[in-house]
Amino acid sequence: MTEHSDQFLLKIRGLKTYFYTEDGVVKAVDGVDFNVNRGEILGLVGESGCGKSVTALSIMQLIRKPGKIVEGKISFGSVNLRELPLEDIQEIRGNRISMIFQQPQTSLNPVITVGDQLAEVFEIHADLNNEEMREKSVELLRTVGIADPEQKALAYPHEMSGGQAQRVMIAMGLAMRPELLIADEPTTALDVTIQAQILDLMRDLRNELGTAVILITHDLGVIAEMADWVAVMYAGQIVEQAGVVPLFDKPLHPYTRGLINSIPVLGETKHRLADIDGVVPNLVDLPKGCNFAPRCKARKKYGLSICEEINPDLKEIMPNHSVRCWLYQDAEDHKAPLKP
Amino acid sequence: MTQDKAENQNGELVVVKDLVKYFPVRGGVLRKIVNWVQAVDGISFSIRKGETLGLVGESGCGKSTTGRTILHLLDPTSGTVVFNDQNVFELQRQEMKVLRRDMQIIFQDPYASLNPRRPIGESIKAGLNIHQVGTPTERTEMVLDILHKVGLEDYHYHRYPHEFSGGQRQRIGIARAIALKPKFIVCDEPVSALDVSIQSQVLNLLQDLQDEFGLTYLFIAHNLSVVEHISDRVAVMYLGKIIELASRDDLYSNPLHPYTKALMSAIPIPKPSLRRTRTILKGEVPSPLDPPSGCRFHPRCPIATEQCSVEEPEFVEVMKDHYVACLGVGPQNVRI
Repeated sequence: MTEHSDQFLLKIRGLKTYFYTEDGVVKAVDGVDFNVNRGEILGLVGESGCGKSVTALSIMQLIRKPGKIVEGKISFGSVNLRELPLEDIQEIRGNRISMIFQQPQTSLNPVITVGDQLAEVFEIHADLNNEEMREKSVELLRTVGIADPEQKALAYPHEMSGGQAQRVMIAMGLAMRPELLIADEPTTALDVTIQAQILDLMRDLRNELGTAVILITHDLGVIAEMADWVAVMYAGQIVEQAGVVPLFDKPLHPYTRGLINSIPVLGETKHRLADIDGVVPNLVDLPKGCNFAPRCKARKKYGLSICEEINPDLKEIMPNHSVRCWLYQDAEDHKAPLKP
Repeated sequence: MTQDKAENQNGELVVVKDLVKYFPVRGGVLRKIVNWVQAVDGISFSIRKGETLGLVGESGCGKSTTGRTILHLLDPTSGTVVFNDQNVFELQRQEMKVLRRDMQIIFQDPYASLNPRRPIGESIKAGLNIHQVGTPTERTEMVLDILHKVGLEDYHYHRYPHEFSGGQRQRIGIARAIALKPKFIVCDEPVSALDVSIQSQVLNLLQDLQDEFGLTYLFIAHNLSVVEHISDRVAVMYLGKIIELASRDDLYSNPLHPYTKALMSAIPIPKPSLRRTRTILKGEVPSPLDPPSGCRFHPRCPIATEQCSVEEPEFVEVMKDHYVACLGVGPQNVRI
């Protein structure tokens, strides 16, 4: 397991979250390990259905039926979140860990003013009188760059644009100065010029408040600009984990390589994009060996048969760089064809 | 007519001139028109035979309205679109039907544009039936042939839309668009809803089909990196106006309009070793109900002067094949 530092704020080990549906057991998260350091931005990247959001909801203990966390340990500071009673979880949510979502407009209550919704956070978690709550709310709106915060505090969510609503969500998320902010696709619904504003804001707030961030996105560009540490997910598992520069400069897993090569990059024209054959496997009926094996070109190139038999472990094969792939791991009757 | 001929000698398949499309906003008890959304407000450009023209801009800038109005799926408020010598807006119903064989569209959400109760083979065949291409048996053969072309198999013919993944559905959308062997396809955000690994498959497919059939594309997207990848020339829209138009290489190596510069600077680049300071635009896109006076970009523009709030810049060719609408960028202050 990768240990990039010893001061973990959050430490996840062997997390498995399954959904029991009519079609079978959907293994949305199937053995995830990672750490988040204080003040660090961890980028969690992967395509739709890879389990990024379910991982986030599992941390928040927000998995509802038919879903269930079946295994694993989620250590936040000194406590295992899975073992805490609901009351204590609620004390942590919004206070020490908070979360913002992709669709800010649908996450805000449409019939309550923005200021009152912000004040609610203080009502639950802090002992303040009404006047203090109002002042604090306005101050927060100012912090997240809302022009004319006194007026905007009286506005309803529908009176705000997508970018402004996301600022309000961030204000709400940061109201209690949490140690950890989970941002699930926070800029996906926004235009690029607004996305740039929001990312800038998140980075400034991290630097100012020292909040650790789990940034969930499918956009490798956003990861490259924001994250310190990156975990790449595929079909419910982390397939590669490293610091942001080594991950982009020297990706090891064939899936990570495929992803990085398949996106068009501004200013770099190539005649043809590399692509990854096939589609993401069905989470009810995962392949027997490595989840990526059916789509993997490297496996075919090196003629590896073990990939279809046994799923490799996520293994640290260079300092601070882990990968789940038989190309770099030996096993009984199997010699790794590549050295990192 | 003489002018059209001249244009065709330039190899232009589609010529858009002063195109305007306003949508009425109704209000009050009598549903009277109280205002107009100025979705597209006087744009001119042309698309050459066999090229891909990228049309890029943020949400609400009028790029989709432009695409749909060119195909006469929407009635224009004013302006002309000449397609292959014919003014699209002056055609009779029957003539338009004939022309529709040559111009097709691919939508962002193929699921919403496919009939859920019809096998996809039948959906693809619908166009062939309407235009009575060949005999019924031949049509089925043609559909199978098209399915192969877009990377699907024979057995997919009898499947229903819900049985396909997003990427496959987009392949079906493409199959339907190319079934009648059109000359021109408007691609309206065809890869925006797809995951990156699938997005590259679909982009590659669009390029292969263009090479094989000599197709001309109007490629509409908000993602500049995707547009750069696929386009020969690129037009940038802001609030109903085209503010810059140039060849792909010119635009990306030498963007002239401050909005284009900001847009390019805002794009996150997947190279962490090259983290840069970016130009971050202030504020948000104003409402097309009541666009700013003068240059529509002036409230957010880093180089705006007082003049910009009064005078609307003309769309002028400042370098060969490089058009810009900005008072701060004239032929006099362009360095080549």
